[in-house]
Amino acid sequence: MNVELLFQLIVNGLIIGTLYGVVAMCFTLIYKASQIVNFAQGEFLLIGAWVCWWLLTTFQLPFYAGFLMTLAFMMVFGILLQVLVLRPMIGEPIISVIMVTIGLSIFFQAIMSWMFGVFVQPFPRIFDIRSVDVLGLNVQPAYLMSLVISVFIMGGFAWFFKYSRLGLAMRATAFDQQVAQSLGISIKQMFAMSWAISAMVSALAGVVVGVVNGVSSALSFFGIKVFPAVILGGLDSIVGAVVGGLIIGILENVAEYVDGQWLHVGNLYTVAPFYVLIVILMIKPYGLFGTETIERV
Amino acid sequence: MASNTMMRCGEFKTTYKADTTIFPTPWSRNFAILGVVLLALAPLKFGDFALVDDYYITLMIQIGYLGIAALGLNILVGFTGQISLGHSAFFGFGAFASAWLNNTLGIPVFFSILLAGLWTTAVGMIVGIPAGRIKGLYLAIATLASQFILEDFFSRADWFTGGSAGSLANPFSIFGYEIQGDRQYFYVVLVYVVVMYLLGTNLLRSRDGRAFVAVRDHYLSAEVMGVNLTKYRILSFGISSFYAGIGGALYAHYLQYVSIEGFDILLSIQFLGMVIIGGLGSVMGALMGTAFMVLLPEVMDAGVSVLKNTEWGNIPAITDGLTWIKQASIGLAIVLFLIFEPEGLAHRWRMIKAYWKLYPFSY
Repeated sequence: MNVELLFQLIVNGLIIGTLYGVVAMCFTLIYKASQIVNFAQGEFLLIGAWVCWWLLTTFQLPFYAGFLMTLAFMMVFGILLQVLVLRPMIGEPIISVIMVTIGLSIFFQAIMSWMFGVFVQPFPRIFDIRSVDVLGLNVQPAYLMSLVISVFIMGGFAWFFKYSRLGLAMRATAFDQQVAQSLGISIKQMFAMSWAISAMVSALAGVVVGVVNGVSSALSFFGIKVFPAVILGGLDSIVGAVVGGLIIGILENVAEYVDGQWLHVGNLYTVAPFYVLIVILMIKPYGLFGTETIERV
Repeated sequence: MASNTMMRCGEFKTTYKADTTIFPTPWSRNFAILGVVLLALAPLKFGDFALVDDYYITLMIQIGYLGIAALGLNILVGFTGQISLGHSAFFGFGAFASAWLNNTLGIPVFFSILLAGLWTTAVGMIVGIPAGRIKGLYLAIATLASQFILEDFFSRADWFTGGSAGSLANPFSIFGYEIQGDRQYFYVVLVYVVVMYLLGTNLLRSRDGRAFVAVRDHYLSAEVMGVNLTKYRILSFGISSFYAGIGGALYAHYLQYVSIEGFDILLSIQFLGMVIIGGLGSVMGALMGTAFMVLLPEVMDAGVSVLKNTEWGNIPAITDGLTWIKQASIGLAIVLFLIFEPEGLAHRWRMIKAYWKLYPFSY
């Protein structure tokens, strides 16, 4: 047993897990508001990271300026996507809606690879120090930043949905569209808003991952990794998304540890979450916190 | 009756037999037979003069084996209403299974293709077990997971797939006669396509086929009527995997080499794209959609080679990025079809037929 390694991996898992949690939250937000399963969530990260990278390297903008411009761009992008592509799909069968987002996902993936190439591009250095000492562990400052930002976003989400007018309107929409409409809430605006927020926050996560690992098309795999997290937490629960993300993040790293120490099968890191996913779907398809739908004839 | 030979405008069917018949008029049957005969003439070569260029033969073979797998997916998605994001894994499993059965156990290729289909059926039914409990988007996510698990299995199971080196497959042979070259292999694929499509059409006219459609349209009513949901959902997975396995096996013996790369999520999405572009719930639609999906990149290639001689032709972004443009066009085609023609090419084809049937009066 290598306790130190295990500890390091669990810390890594927590950090990655909070990022999964953030992306899963964005995913859940869209699902709750508009009942659309967004298979293009990973591409939001990808687009956000590439746009920010492009602004920083081509125009030599300072980080905060490029970052804010990226967020503004992603907001417009999310709204446009909802209005142009997803709005015509309202009322279509579930397979069509799923396929539209899948189609969008491979479309954007290809466009991004076309525009920016397939190689990993490092972000310009933001921090001067190489590593920070936390409880005797060497942690990259970018990781710390990602942890802080993730926790900050989660807090922001909680505040937004609990106290702000817009957040309450969104929750009302998710609860019952007709009732919300009769209370004067514009459903169209709420749908567009949820996509905009989701795109913005995903892009933020994308930039954070980009700062840590460099930007590449591998970022879009986050969109797929998020499925085990949201299913585990329950598809329509924001708290569940965070918890699910944390569990999956730790699980991945523990799987890597178990694999490296005893099993030596290799690649368990990527596949283990999917085994978990199938097991959850078999025994508890509505996840830990999801609402169980009861069908009556 | 003489009036029976022409298609009439309107539904005048008085029996179930007339309603479920494959070819409503003798002419439509004759045209279908004529189409197969014309296809059979395509690979003929008179000395140096070939009726159809080699390149188009390879494209038609591709449409053939992918079309078989696409029909399987259409039975699952279009007729039973279950979404599968893991079809390419079954396609790959069939390819490896046939190569393995032939190489290791020495089973002749003719039988190994069939056995590979059955083996894939078994795997498909195991993967389909969650379908007994979950449906809709949960099932889509479960099949997505099984896609990754099977892909991981391919890269891990050296005994089965040859690992990163891939595995070699023998050429197709029947009664000791070895098929050589694409032009001869074309006939093999043609026979399989015709047989599998006839099987598929007839399956959907049978009791089981009606049960599939009932499960798709309203599963609660279907269950009340006595359709065993779990059985038919898993059976549908099995049948779709059988088609995928046969298609994959044909692919393996065509290329004579199977690599573990390529049976990824992108191919699964392409299969779904074929089914959607062709038309969900249409047998011939699967073939049309496959043809569209195979020909789309070819059209782009042709477009670029036309551009080559103009001033547009030397832009590196277009020439180097062609792979990405092709991939993007697949995604774009799926999205545009879903927004503007959700019922697919098969529906378009019916509209064209209806238009000419009533020509020159619109109703």
